Amino acid sequence: MKHLICIECPIGCSLTAVKSGEQWEIKGNRCRKGEQFAINELTDPRRSVCSTVKTTYRKVPRLPVRTNGEVPLNAIFAVMEQINAVTLDHPVHIGEVIIENVCNTGINVIATSDLYYLLEEDGQ
Amino acid sequence: MNEYDVVVLGGGPAGLAAALASFEQGMNTLIIERENRLGGILKQCIHDGFGLIKFKEKLTGPEYAQRYVDKVLACQMPVLLSTFVLTVEKAGTGFVITLVNAAQGVAQIETRALILATGCRERTAKQVFINGTRPAGVFTAGTAQHLVNIEGYLPGKKCVILGSGDIGLIMARRLTLEGAQVLAVYEAKSTPSGLSRNIVQCLNDFHIPLHLSTTITRVFGDNRVEAVEIARVDENMRPIKGTEQVISCDTVILSVGLIPENEIADMLGVEIDAATKGPVVDQNFMTSVEGVFSCGNALHVNDLVDYVSESGEIAGANAAQYVREATPRQLAEIKMSPDFLYVVPQQININSSNRKAVLYFRSREVRENMRVTIKSGDQVLLSKRYVILRPPEMERVRLVIKDGLASNQIEITMEPVKNKEMAL
Ligand SMILES: Cc1cc2nc3c(=O)[nH]c(=O)nc-3n(C[C@H](O)[C@H](O)[C@H](O)COP(=O)(O)OP(=O)(O)OC[C@H]3O[C@@H](n4cnc5c(N)ncnc54)[C@H](O)[C@@H]3O)c2cc1C
Ligand code: SF4
Repeated sequence: MKHLICIECPIGCSLTAVKSGEQWEIKGNRCRKGEQFAINELTDPRRSVCSTVKTTYRKVPRLPVRTNGEVPLNAIFAVMEQINAVTLDHPVHIGEVIIENVCNTGINVIATSDLYYLLEEDGQ
Repeated sequence: MNEYDVVVLGGGPAGLAAALASFEQGMNTLIIERENRLGGILKQCIHDGFGLIKFKEKLTGPEYAQRYVDKVLACQMPVLLSTFVLTVEKAGTGFVITLVNAAQGVAQIETRALILATGCRERTAKQVFINGTRPAGVFTAGTAQHLVNIEGYLPGKKCVILGSGDIGLIMARRLTLEGAQVLAVYEAKSTPSGLSRNIVQCLNDFHIPLHLSTTITRVFGDNRVEAVEIARVDENMRPIKGTEQVISCDTVILSVGLIPENEIADMLGVEIDAATKGPVVDQNFMTSVEGVFSCGNALHVNDLVDYVSESGEIAGANAAQYVREATPRQLAEIKMSPDFLYVVPQQININSSNRKAVLYFRSREVRENMRVTIKSGDQVLLSKRYVILRPPEMERVRLVIKDGLASNQIEITMEPVKNKEMAL
C-alpha cells in the first residue's frame, strides 16, 4: 500500500493506493480528481513549472511565466534551464507563448503577466 | 476638494474586488494604491494554485490579479497609483483623506465611506527571538520572493528557512529552482503551518527536509550570515539543552507569520480583535467606526485569495448600501467557544437588510469528526459536520439570519460527532 497526499486542491486529501492486478485502487479522495492524481503520481508524476524570464527592460527586469500544462517531474530542471536561457526583448500580453514545446514535452511556456501593462508610464 | 462616495485603500485583490462591487452599485469610487501598479502582493506570487474556487482554474498570482485589474481598467474608475495616505480624519458624515503623490503633491479628498484593503505585513527578525549578531543575509520570505521574482536577484546560495508557513515553503521550491541550495526548513511547532500540498510539491519533490519541533537559536557571522545554531524545542517551545547543532549557510529566510496591516484603522480608532489582529466587523464588514469597512488580509490573514476577493465584494457592496441609506445598527456579538482561534465577522447587525452572512473561522487545534453549531438562544442557525478541522485551513460557512433572533447573542461551538451519527 502506498500513501500519497493529493495536491490538486488546498484540501490535500490523504490517499492510499493498493495495487490489485494491473489496477490501482485509490481511497481517501474527496473528489474524482484525487483518484486521477494518485494514478498519475504512481505511474508518471508531473508538475507545472512557474518561474520568470529575463527581459531587456530596466523597469521590469523579470516577467513571470509558467508551463501551460504539466511536465514530467524529472524534467523540471531541464525546463528551468531553457526558461533561464530566454531574454525577452519585446512586450507580450498575458498568455503569449514564450517557449514552444519546451524540452520536447509538447508543453509551451507562456507569459503570466502583461508586459504592456507593467511597462506603461504611471498615468495620472 | 474631490468628493467620492467610496474610497478604497489598497489595490490588491481585496481592494480591486471591493472597488468593482461599489462601482457596479453606481457609486463614485476611487482606488488609492501606494505602489506603481495594481495587483498587490499577487504580483510577486508567481506560482500557481490561485482561483480554484472562483474561476475553477489553477492560475498564478499575476494572472488572477490581472483578471480584476482588466475589469477595473475597463470601467475607467479613477485610480491613484504611487500615492501615500498621510492622514484620515472623520469629518461630518464622511472622512477627509490627506494624501501625497508626485502629480498632485499634498492633496485632500472627501468620501462618505472608506474601505481598508491594505493587506498584511510579515513578522520580521525583530519579532522572533534569535540570539547572536545581525549580519546581512536574513530575509523575510516575502522580501526574498520580491527579490527573486520581481528583481531577478538570488538572495543567497546556501539557505535555511525558519517557519513552515506557505510562503516559506513556496520560497524553498523557488530558490531551489533558481539554483540555490535549501538545506532545511525548521518549524518550532510539532505540526507544519503550511498546507500539506505545499509540503509535497515544494519540499518532498526536491528532497528538502522539514524538521518539526526545531528552531534557530543563534545566527553567526560578522558581515554576512555564516552559520546558524539550531536546537530541538520542548512543548513550551523552549530549546532543549544538548540538542544544539551548527549548520553552515549564507542565508536565513523567515516565514514566521503575517499580521494584518492596520495603521490607518488605528488612526481612526477602529476596534481591533486580539485574535485576528484585524478590525472587529459585522456581516457587512463594517468596523466599529460607522462608514469604515475592512476586507482581505487587512481584516484577517486568509490562506486563499478566492476568499479575499469574496470579502472585498461583500465590503464593496455594503459600503454602497451604507452610502445610499445609513440605518442605525443593532449589533449581536458572536461568542465563540475556546475551540476556535477566531471567527470573522465578530458581530451581526440584526437591523441590516443583509440577511446572509458569510462567516470565516479557524479551529484552534487539529480536530477530527466535529460538528460546528451556531445558535441564538435555543434557535439553531447552522449545524455542519467536518471530517477534519485544521488551524492552517480557514473554513467558510453561510449563515442565514432569520428575522426576530431569539437572543442578542449568537454562539458558535463545536463538539465531537456522536458514533451513531458517524455510521449514517
Ligand atoms: C509575501 C506574501 C506572499 C503571499 N503569498 C501568497 C500565496 O502564495 N498564495 C496565497 O493564496 N496567498 C498569499 N499571500 C496572502 C495574500 O496576501 C493574499 O492571498 C492576498 O493577496 C491578499 O490580498 P489583499 O488585497 O488583502 O492584500 P495585498 O495583496 O497585500 O494588497 C494590499 C495592497 O494595499 C496597498 N497598501 C497598503 N497600505 C496602503 C496604504 N496605506 N495606502 C495605499 N495603499 C496601501 C499595498 O501596496 C498592496 O498593493 C501572501 C502574502 C504575503 C504578504
Ligand atoms: S481529492 Fe479532490 S478534494 Fe481531495 S485534495 Fe484532491 S482535488 Fe482536493
